[in-house]
Amino acid sequence: MFTNFWPNLAKVWGRYWGLFLEGAGLTLLLSFITVLFGTVLGSLLALARRSRLKVISVPASGYVEVIRGTPLLLQLYLITFLLPEVLPMLNLSKFASVTVALVLNSAAYVCEIVRAGIQAVDPGQAEAARTLGLNARQTMTRIVLPQAVKNILPALGNEFVTVIKETSLASTFFVGDLMTVYKTAQGATFTVIEPFLIVGVIYFVLTFSLSKLINAFERRLKASD
Amino acid sequence: MIETVNLVKNFGSLGVLDGISETIHKGEVISIIGPSGSGKSTFLRCLNLLEVPTSGQVIFDGVSLTDKGVDINLHRQKMGMVFQHFNVFPHLTVKENITLAPVLLKKLSPAQADKRADELLQRIGLQDKANEHPRRLSGGQKQRLAIVRALAMSPEVMLFDEPTSALDPEMVGEVLQVIKDLVGQGMTCVIVTHEMGFAREVSSRVFFMDEGRIHEQGSPADLFDRPKSPRTKAFLSKVLY
Ligand SMILES: Nc1ncnc2c1ncn2[C@@H]1O[C@H](COP(=O)(O)OP(=O)(O)OP(=O)(O)O)[C@@H](O)[C@H]1O
Ligand SMILES: [Mg+2]
Repeated sequence: MFTNFWPNLAKVWGRYWGLFLEGAGLTLLLSFITVLFGTVLGSLLALARRSRLKVISVPASGYVEVIRGTPLLLQLYLITFLLPEVLPMLNLSKFASVTVALVLNSAAYVCEIVRAGIQAVDPGQAEAARTLGLNARQTMTRIVLPQAVKNILPALGNEFVTVIKETSLASTFFVGDLMTVYKTAQGATFTVIEPFLIVGVIYFVLTFSLSKLINAFERRLKASD
Repeated sequence: MIETVNLVKNFGSLGVLDGISETIHKGEVISIIGPSGSGKSTFLRCLNLLEVPTSGQVIFDGVSLTDKGVDINLHRQKMGMVFQHFNVFPHLTVKENITLAPVLLKKLSPAQADKRADELLQRIGLQDKANEHPRRLSGGQKQRLAIVRALAMSPEVMLFDEPTSALDPEMVGEVLQVIKDLVGQGMTCVIVTHEMGFAREVSSRVFFMDEGRIHEQGSPADLFDRPKSPRTKAFLSKVLY
């Protein structure tokens, strides 16, 4: 069965390399958009969870728990089928609804990253700021957040790595990401293993180099402490 | 200047302050001594509402701080506080640590704050470190920075919570000296301390706290040399060899 392995591998790559790279590009783009908007929404959620007003903090906590407690694939199905039904006037493309689902998912995880980053700042810092007369908002923006960012940024990088892998679920909806290309190549060439390997190597190269970058960045942050 | 009226603080079911009524006058230097867990820190932290009293009042400059509608931030600007663990801001330079609050809270213009910071750094001998980050400072230097950071707001009273307890022994003296200088300039101070020699030297009054009450108080000479209560005697015999 494997006698044709190398020739097949060469054939699949030779015929589809352009598609594979395009798919990798789309996967990166999708991941980037997801983490970007996930970060904005997640930070707002983190603020909401810290609110003293229960009408704000309780729904935010509930949202985070539900998202983290259910499978991403299920959320993808729900959103991509639900959104066009509920908001038909938006006329969302498949890519757009998948992106929305990924953002809504990532936001819950980013919320916890931001919360943990804030909680890791020594409470004495906020106390010192408050005794100088800074109000709660000034204390947060001038003292706590600048220190929390050092905890948050590396964790956000790791979230990016996770999201790159999770976007493969988006291929369920054939949005053109790397995993979708696998399905195309596999269907057209009747090979299973070879395109899998190619896709696997590309995913690994993406995540591994990103992790290395994050580690280097983290070391520099630590050094400046 | 600061008056507490029947101040009570509970943490859940744990009673920590058991109805403290006391007045601290302008220019006084109060040392608070007592066994661990007796409520010294809690009492101090209630004075600027870092801990919100369970009941009772804290009256500062005639204003009851716990009243509704009181802007506590405004009053905190007049009460400097220094912590055991310094709590200097690591992401700011030494000078920015000092200028942040006065500029942000519009007490001083940036130029005035800069000048004031130079004076204060000169005073504690850290002018060379102005543009460095505090991570390079020794514990003693950090604590001196924390003291002048509070002074930059020109407070009317300074609260110290064991300012030398986290320091290596050879650095205790330099920090105590800065506090002594402050006392010499007439600053009203409330100092929680385990340094009995220092308390005796600088205080106008000493509070001995035990089980959430000011169990005995008096001039340093009276309290240290002629304690009345057996508990005070027992405590002193443990800390003064
Ligand atoms: N935030 C808190 N939550 C619950 N209990 C607390 C809190 N802060 C203090 N306590 C408790 O209140 C009691 C008094 O604490 P406090 O820190 O005022 O004592 P202290 O006299 O300053 O002691 P030490 O000399 O050890 O600093 C202790 O039993 C402590 O465990
Ligand atoms: Mg204490």
